[in-house]
Amino acid sequence: MGGDDIIEVRDLEHAFGNFTAVRGISFTVKKGEIFSFLGPNGAGKSTTINILTTLLPLQKGTVRVAGYDVAREPGKVREAIGIVFQEDVLDRDLTVGETMEFHGRLYGIPREERRRRIDDLLRIVELDSKRDERTKNLSGGMKRRLQIARGLMTQPEVLFLDEPTQGLDPQTRMRIWDYIRQVNGAGTTIFLTTHYMEEADMLSDRISIIDHGRLVVSGTPAGLKNALGEDVVYLETEDDGKARDALSGIEEIRSVTESPRGLSVTISADGSHCLPRIIERVRGAGIGISNVNLKKPTMDDVFVHYTGRELRDTGA
Amino acid sequence: MAWGFLTVYWREMIRYVRFRTQLFSSLLQPALWMAFFGIAMSSNFDRFTSSIPAPAGVIPLDYLTFMAAGVIAMTTLFTSLFGGMSLLFDKNWGLMREMLASPMPRTHIMLGVSLSGMTKSFIQASIIMGFGLLLGVQFFPGYSAARIALSILGIFAFVGAFSLGFLLFSSTISMRLESPEGLQGIITLLTLPLFFVSNALYPIQAFPAFLQTLSIFNPLTHLVNGIRYFALGGDFFAVGARYTTSTVDVLGSFAYLAVFAAVMYLLARRTFERAVVT
Repeated sequence: MGGDDIIEVRDLEHAFGNFTAVRGISFTVKKGEIFSFLGPNGAGKSTTINILTTLLPLQKGTVRVAGYDVAREPGKVREAIGIVFQEDVLDRDLTVGETMEFHGRLYGIPREERRRRIDDLLRIVELDSKRDERTKNLSGGMKRRLQIARGLMTQPEVLFLDEPTQGLDPQTRMRIWDYIRQVNGAGTTIFLTTHYMEEADMLSDRISIIDHGRLVVSGTPAGLKNALGEDVVYLETEDDGKARDALSGIEEIRSVTESPRGLSVTISADGSHCLPRIIERVRGAGIGISNVNLKKPTMDDVFVHYTGRELRDTGA
Repeated sequence: MAWGFLTVYWREMIRYVRFRTQLFSSLLQPALWMAFFGIAMSSNFDRFTSSIPAPAGVIPLDYLTFMAAGVIAMTTLFTSLFGGMSLLFDKNWGLMREMLASPMPRTHIMLGVSLSGMTKSFIQASIIMGFGLLLGVQFFPGYSAARIALSILGIFAFVGAFSLGFLLFSSTISMRLESPEGLQGIITLLTLPLFFVSNALYPIQAFPAFLQTLSIFNPLTHLVNGIRYFALGGDFFAVGARYTTSTVDVLGSFAYLAVFAAVMYLLARRTFERAVVT
């Protein structure tokens, strides 16, 4: 494996009693990238993360995080990573400042350094005015931001974000995305899990999808969507029947269906390259076009294609 | 990182002060025992036992004084057994994962929790002693200031060793259980025999042989022995029985508590090192 892999997972297997949650998966995460790890509930996602973050003991396979073997040097791995858990893991009765202080002390960061980082991070996530507020009084978005700040306190090489925006409103989610990009821009590798396909699509450099304990597909968001080859062009014309005939003979067209609202043309290749030719053909046949719409597959389509089901928006 | 447990201790003490109801009940409960049970029982016991004359030269003590040591012991027992509850909450609220995923050695979690439990017991013992003196408990009879200071240290040493053992025990159980109800059940099941098969509220001299033997293995009996030795001296008469305690007896009791704590430490350490909380 290359020297720029910050996470290396090889032949990872994990069982709980008779149930094998992870059935031999291998993947790598490159230094500095945002990597999304997706899968339906019960696919083995949480188990994998828990092993990577040393919360579960390694049973079979090798896992190296930040250059350390999780089985042999869990302490070193713990020092090199930051974790933002799925649920709000905050002590309700500690203040924002104390929450950060506690975390910094857990990692043995010297006092001066701790103070400086707490000041900086609270400013970045815009919580410096809430410093003396108890965490139970924070809004959902503030809680998330506090946990992200906490996860960054140790200046980790890898930050694990487990469902970082679950249950947040769209504005807050976008702000959290900004923080994630900012953190990543500063050099921290991000390991992300999410139920929101659009989030994975927007943020990730690469995505892996796990199902039934196996990796089913890996790639860049664009690559995965294009590979699906299910671009659909919607056409509204003066005469859909004639237009349909005019389209015969274009190689990339897989099927054309007529509906009262127009034609839908499924294309096996990249639809945006095919679209001009479709328009030329129809126009060339003297048929006027009143509306054109190209729909590319979304990450949702990719996900459903590979796992055969949609993500349910519930805790994994 | 060798001082990591102080971080956990710091947080536990913040929680202690912030959970107002927990704080007040923990401070009020021992005082209520003294005020109600103590006064009610002493008015009865003193009536029965005043007919039994104390041997010549031995100081007779009233029941309230006798049971005050028992109330300190009982309070320490309850506080310590409930001490692990905090870990259960940490587990259920996911907070334990933050600590387990950190590089801090896991033993420090239980040490921090135990140390804070010990501190709480010290505070409670101090309140009982202070409140007891107000109610007329004859602790430290005729002692010099220096001897009182020394006696308090002795009492704290016993309370400390005892609470450490039970805090570690309670931490072990909490790490293995899922729900606070389970811990509650175990605590209830344990406190009754521990409390009643001991010399906390009455002399064990009149117990049937079987119960007497049991009570000797009961750590609570040894804690009460230690507290009485330091608070009342090595030779006194109460509830119709004479108590003589030698230095060797006291050291033996302390050694018993220390061994108990050590065994509980090993048990807790094993549990913590293997703990998987996800």
